[in-house]
Amino acid sequence: MCLGIPGQIVAVNEDGHTGLVSILGVKRTVNLGCVYTPDQPPSDVIGSWALIHVGFAMSLVDEEEASRTLEILSEIGELQEEFAAFSQSGSTAQ
Amino acid sequence: MKYVDEFRDPELAKQILKRLHEVIASIPRAAERPLQIMEVCGGHTHSIFRYGLEGLLPEGIEMVHGPGCPVCVLPMGRVDDCIAIAEQPDVIFTTFGDAMRVPGSKKSLQQASAEGCDIRMVYSPMDALDIARKHPDKRVVFFGLGFETTMPATALTLMQAKRENLRNFFLFCNHITIIPTMKAILDEPGMSIDGFLGPGHVSMVIGRQPYEFIASEYDRPLVIAGFEPLDILQSLLMVAEQLRDGRAEVENQYARIVPDKGNLQAMNAVNTVFEVRDFFEWRGLGSIAESGVQIRNEYADFDAERAFSVATLKVEDPKSCECGEVLKGSLKPWDCALFGKSCTPETPVGALMVSTEGACAAYYSYGKIDVQRAG
Repeated sequence: MCLGIPGQIVAVNEDGHTGLVSILGVKRTVNLGCVYTPDQPPSDVIGSWALIHVGFAMSLVDEEEASRTLEILSEIGELQEEFAAFSQSGSTAQ
Repeated sequence: MKYVDEFRDPELAKQILKRLHEVIASIPRAAERPLQIMEVCGGHTHSIFRYGLEGLLPEGIEMVHGPGCPVCVLPMGRVDDCIAIAEQPDVIFTTFGDAMRVPGSKKSLQQASAEGCDIRMVYSPMDALDIARKHPDKRVVFFGLGFETTMPATALTLMQAKRENLRNFFLFCNHITIIPTMKAILDEPGMSIDGFLGPGHVSMVIGRQPYEFIASEYDRPLVIAGFEPLDILQSLLMVAEQLRDGRAEVENQYARIVPDKGNLQAMNAVNTVFEVRDFFEWRGLGSIAESGVQIRNEYADFDAERAFSVATLKVEDPKSCECGEVLKGSLKPWDCALFGKSCTPETPVGALMVSTEGACAAYYSYGKIDVQRAG
């Protein structure tokens, strides 16, 4: 349950605490409280990749690491489960 | 080496394995008794079984599967508490899916749900918060469990609930911490573990420093490891090299994700909302001092334990269930009389059969050769 899934931060919401993350084309609102503070400019994180765990961006990762992690999750059979949970959860944005 | 070809880089895997065999061969005591290396994290357990890594290792290494699967160490009494909360009027009880099938003394959350309790699986505690916003007439409880990896998420969720002044959202806090647990394992009489693979994503939050006592006070190597099979093999090689050289250090194989200092923002959120509990009851390991957290007074309005007067009764495991001994590494799953008979992933008796990160479910799904050999 602790593996998480990498996604790209595409927007920071007005509240400064949440933002939109895209994983395999699906966008969802996640909490950015571990990687971003409301006093930072959004450009600090927009476009960055982050490890998303239970709807929270836990840690910024580089793009290469993100794609490698997606491959690993796929290999160990966890990608589908993580992705399904992410994309079906309540706060999914269109 | 039937599985090596499935690796991302089979050549590199073969090289690491060759070196691992050489290093172990150069440690005389490994020939007398295999070196016991514990992977603390359930994610590592899953990868080890998925790739059949144990079958590739030298005979001089024995993997011990540690307690780092949060649902596996959840005592039955806490599941009973969840159900007692869920059965109260106007409650929507929300939980990660992993916890649904963990047996309580009478039933699991899944059974309670089938009997009519409003129990909903959520992906995120933020989803639970969303349910609370949409149902102001209901009391929405989120079952918070997990190690430091999930703790910042529930902490930030409570901070959000406070900002919105939500009056109908509660956290049933069952978070646990890895360091006191490792200390409890190291203090077990007859403890025979020679080295550790440290958890990856817990370390992403807490950093590397909290493990230093394992090297300095207990003289055991620990290598923080990633989840890829190559990560695990390389980390085992790093532990083995330390044992060969007589070193005991904390090393970080997963530096691409784990900063030495951890995530300070995440730890700040955790420390804002939670404080250390005097004791927390673990399945199999008993009561461990300071191994859990509770909600600080500043967030008392959101504390399900205070809002629902939770009994927290201690409930013993079924006598024939050996989850506790397996968790400590003193028995193997197939040594338990229930394993694969009355206890299977479809009808788990013990928690280690519930999650794919539990040692019993992992052996049952991937380790049939070992079972046949033992049987």
